[in-house]
Amino acid sequence: MNQILQQYGKVTGHEVISHLEQLAESLKGLKVVHVNSTRVGGGVAEILHKLVPLMNSLGLDAEWRVIEGNPDFFNCTKGFHNALQGFRTIIPESLLRVYEQVNEENSEELRPLLQEADIVFVHDPQPAALIKWMENRKGKWVWRCHIDCSRPYRPVWKYLRNYVKEYDASIFSLAQFAQPMPHPQYLIAPSIDPVSEKNIELPPHEVEAVYEQFGLKPDLPLILQVSRFDRFKDPIGVIEAYRLAKKVIPLQLVLAGGTAADDPEGEAVLEEVERASAGDPDIHILLLPPDAHRTINALQRAADIVLQKSIKEGFGLTVTEAMWKGKPVIGGDTGGIRLQVIDHYTGFRVRTPEGAALRIRYLLHHRERLEEMGHLARHLVKENFLLTRHLMEYLALMISLVKGFKDRIDVSK
Amino acid sequence: MNNGERPFHVRDCALISLATGLRAHNLREFQDGLSRAPESSIYHHFWGRFLQPRFDEPEYNNDFAAWAYRGLHEKALAERLSVLDPTEFEDIESLRQEVLERVEERLDENEFVPWARSDQIFFFTQSQIIVLDTGRVLNHPSELADSLPELALGSVFYHFIDARRRTMERIDDFTAWLEDWGEEFSPLCQKIMTVDPYFSSLKEIRNELTRIFRSFFGGGEK
Repeated sequence: MNQILQQYGKVTGHEVISHLEQLAESLKGLKVVHVNSTRVGGGVAEILHKLVPLMNSLGLDAEWRVIEGNPDFFNCTKGFHNALQGFRTIIPESLLRVYEQVNEENSEELRPLLQEADIVFVHDPQPAALIKWMENRKGKWVWRCHIDCSRPYRPVWKYLRNYVKEYDASIFSLAQFAQPMPHPQYLIAPSIDPVSEKNIELPPHEVEAVYEQFGLKPDLPLILQVSRFDRFKDPIGVIEAYRLAKKVIPLQLVLAGGTAADDPEGEAVLEEVERASAGDPDIHILLLPPDAHRTINALQRAADIVLQKSIKEGFGLTVTEAMWKGKPVIGGDTGGIRLQVIDHYTGFRVRTPEGAALRIRYLLHHRERLEEMGHLARHLVKENFLLTRHLMEYLALMISLVKGFKDRIDVSK
Repeated sequence: MNNGERPFHVRDCALISLATGLRAHNLREFQDGLSRAPESSIYHHFWGRFLQPRFDEPEYNNDFAAWAYRGLHEKALAERLSVLDPTEFEDIESLRQEVLERVEERLDENEFVPWARSDQIFFFTQSQIIVLDTGRVLNHPSELADSLPELALGSVFYHFIDARRRTMERIDDFTAWLEDWGEEFSPLCQKIMTVDPYFSSLKEIRNELTRIFRSFFGGGEK
């Protein structure tokens, strides 16, 4: 077993690794390419950073390519993102032309690689149109949607669907995100990487160091939300919840996040958050660089409770990360948060700042419940949401694509 | 009959889920979806929880029962569905008919069709099963006593649960193999029959089988 697999085996148990090796056996040598639009920032890039080397360590020939875009392109794809999440978003024709042009330009460079690949995974709407310029593609093309598109804004989805329907299959994170399509729609929940800087165990002194680093008070309960400064993550709602809870219990709030290269709205939201928190020394807004993984890890471990009060959420990997660190999560009752935050078991699902405030007060008053929920949360993640399970499903999907669509595929013979 | 020539090939398996495109907002639509869903969907909603991401439901051990309770707030229906044990049915079609029967019964009892909120819709999902070779071959039943604790959970699923759907005899692979070895292992087969495949987790099934095998072959109950 090579080093990278050994590393995962230490966390998940070697049974899991052996299972992956068996699955990969019939896929050895397969040329697999992942395409997305950013190498840093956001959950997709984080997953690909590890998924691709792991596929290679199992004998597949995997690589990851990133398309190049300009500000208009990313404005357009941010519009797609918002529209797929259900917001009425009018995208001007001129921006749609930019989207098509950028995809066409990228297709020129990527064509030799992508047309020869056995399997191509295209992540999210940004590179979805590449398929249009790949008439002579040899392998199977899969569109991987990481967004909650359970109720997309129809005109935009209609436009994107024209590209997506050309794929051989698509992948959605949850059944409710899947849209009618003339091809198989696989369901694969995302995952976190337990051996990454963001999730490995940290020595206590490194966790304690965040108090001094960010001017936090060690004697005050700490609630935390880690996410991009994005309206769908409802950072203003988090501040409201904090203020309501603080009337009864002294506490401090950290809103830690950054902006991704493909998210032009981040700065505007950050300004709104700064305005909403002005004058309260116990609200700490931390704008962290995309590589501040260890700092985020330490903050999550230092927190008493983690919030993810999203209004819309694809999956919510920050929820998974917090749960992996044994923290109960108070999360928005939406999307993939429902798969992870099991109400009253691994945390609480809420719909309002008032609901979040109530649960913050409850958990801080009942420390034994807080500990118990944190323990269940970690167990749930270990069994279901680690990268190894994600990889296992990708391998199973590739076998399914290669061997044909049927209920039972026997590769043991 | 002693068929010692036939070795036992240990297999493993993985499930991958797919959307069926069928969904239900209310009990009437659920009834309709249930009658149209592919067999692999019925199978998935009863057995998928063993190998797929989900939190163990303490009360309702199939997805239909859980939705009846959480989505429709139909406790009576949830109870009637949760008690269904798929191992007691000849095949998936008979299981489907029984679920339909209980849903229709509830529809007859109700003055109104129970509805779910728009964010509690039931989505019919199906799975594909991928069967793998572990490369492990057992030549005598006594070897199972040592191998069972190390068996992957996917192997436990494939040989102990999936076998009941896959084979003509509707029995698990361990029992089928032991029966080939003649009367000597009949008491062991009897013991295996007492292991409930549905109301336990795969880990619990593995532990229980290990205990039974070790006890039979004199290795003690560890």
